[in-house]
Amino acid sequence: MIVVVDYGMGNVGSILNMIRKTGGSAIISGNLKDVEMAEKLVLPGVGAFDNGVKNLQDIGLWDILNHKVCKNKTPILGICLGMQLFTDGSEEGNLAGFGWVKAKTIRFRFKEDARQIKIPHMGWNQVFLKKSSPIFQEMHKEPRFYFVHSYHLICEEEQDVVSVTRYGHEFVSAIQKENIYATQFHPEKSHKYGLQLIRNFVEVC
Amino acid sequence: MTKRLPHPIRVIPRLDIKGPNLVKGVHLEGLRVLGKPENFARYYYEQGADELIYMDIVASLYGRNNLLHIVEKTSREIFIPLTVGGGLRTIEDIRGILCAGADKVALNTAVIARPEFIREAVTCFGSSTIVVSIEATKHAGEKYECYTDNGRVPTGFDAMEWAQRAAEFGAGEILVTSIDKEGTGKGYDIELTRQIADRVSIPVIACGGAGRLEHIRDVIVDGHADAVVMASVLHYGYIRDQTSERKDFTEGNVNFLMSKQGYSKVQEVALDEIKTYLANFDIETRRKVHAS
Repeated sequence: MIVVVDYGMGNVGSILNMIRKTGGSAIISGNLKDVEMAEKLVLPGVGAFDNGVKNLQDIGLWDILNHKVCKNKTPILGICLGMQLFTDGSEEGNLAGFGWVKAKTIRFRFKEDARQIKIPHMGWNQVFLKKSSPIFQEMHKEPRFYFVHSYHLICEEEQDVVSVTRYGHEFVSAIQKENIYATQFHPEKSHKYGLQLIRNFVEVC
Repeated sequence: MTKRLPHPIRVIPRLDIKGPNLVKGVHLEGLRVLGKPENFARYYYEQGADELIYMDIVASLYGRNNLLHIVEKTSREIFIPLTVGGGLRTIEDIRGILCAGADKVALNTAVIARPEFIREAVTCFGSSTIVVSIEATKHAGEKYECYTDNGRVPTGFDAMEWAQRAAEFGAGEILVTSIDKEGTGKGYDIELTRQIADRVSIPVIACGGAGRLEHIRDVIVDGHADAVVMASVLHYGYIRDQTSERKDFTEGNVNFLMSKQGYSKVQEVALDEIKTYLANFDIETRRKVHAS
C-alpha cells in the first residue's frame, strides 16, 4: 500500500487518482499508523515551506517519516514542496527541512536582461536527464512536465541530480538518492509522461 | 521571424458552464448550449490542451452542486491543471472546489469587493493556486474599467492599477478578459493584455476574442501574454466533428445546436493546428503527446 501523505498542503486527490489509474493501491492519510505501515510514500505539497514543516511536526509525522526513509529505506517520492522539504532548508522560510539530500532551496533569480521572465514559473517544460533513474524508465527522451514553483533546489552532490530543466537558467528538476526520489514538476498534472513516471514509482521503485 | 520567447506558451481551452451544459455567449451574454462539458474536456485533454478553465457563469443564481460534480468527474480522468471560477466567495467555497479536484481558482467579484481576500486565500492555499480574473471594458480616454458578474456590474476599478495590486497581494496569475472582444472573434485586446503583462511580474493569461490563428500569435508576440485562452474557435471545431453532441438537450437555448450551422465569426481550429501555427513563428508550446 502506498500512502500519499496528507498534511494539509494542497489538493492531493489527483495523485491518488493517478496511482489508481496505473493499477496501484493507495490511500491518502495523515495518520501515524498508516504512515508506519506504508510500503511506499508520496510527499506532495503546495504552499509555503515553513507551513509544510510545521504541519508535519504538528500532526506528529516528522519523526516517523525520518525513521521510515532513513532507517527502513522505504521508497518515497517528493513532489514540488515535498521535494523542497527533503533539503536542509529554504530561502522561503526559517525552519530546517529533513536534510535527506545535501541541498538547499533558493528562489529564482534572473539577470537584469531576463527580468521579463515571470515568477512563479508556470508551464510545460522539457526535462533533460543527467543520469538514469527508475522513475524515468520507458520514457520519451526529453519529456515535458508541468511546473508551478518560485523556488528550486541547489544540490551539493552532483550524483543526486537526475534531471535539469531550463527556465531563465538551468535548475534541478528531479533527484534521486537511493530510496529517495523527488520531482520539482507535478507528475500528477503531466498527462502521459506523468502517468508513466507514477507507474514507474508504483511498479519499479 | 519573431524573437524567440524565453519560455513555452500555454494554450488553454475555456469552458463556460451553466447547469449541466457547456455554453458560449457573446460579450459574456446571449448564451448558446453547445454540449456536455465533460466531453469537451476529455477531447481537449487528448488533443494536447495545456490546462483547462471551467467558468461557472451563473453560479450565484443556481448554486454550485452541478459544478462540483463536473469537476469531480473531470479530475478523475484528466491529468492536466484545472482552474475553476465563478461565484467563489469564501475560503470554504475555495476549499470545496479544490477538494473536488480543481488545482487553481479564478476570483473576480469576491476580491473586488474585498481585495484583502486575495491575501487570505494565498495564505491558505498558496500563491500558485490563486488566479485573479480581471474582466475589463475600454472607455473613452484609453482607460480600462473592471467589471464583475459577467460584465454586468461596473466597479470603478482601473484595470492596470488593480492588476498591480492583485500581484502585490500575492496572486499567482492574472486572467485578463476583454468584455469588448469576448465572443466576437475579432481578436484579443492586445493593448489591455500588454499593459497588464508589462506591469506585473506574475504570468498573465489572455482571454476573449480569438477568432483566427493570427489573433493568438498577436496576443503572444505583441500582447506579451504568457498563456492564451480560447473558447469558440475550439468549441465549434469540435462540434463540427461530433454529431452525437446534438442529441439529448432539453434545457437552455439549443436552437443553435439543432440547426447544425457553423459559427461564421470564427475559424474552426484544433489545438494541434494552433500549436503547429505558433511553431512557425518560433513560439514554443507543448506539442501533442502521442499515444505510446
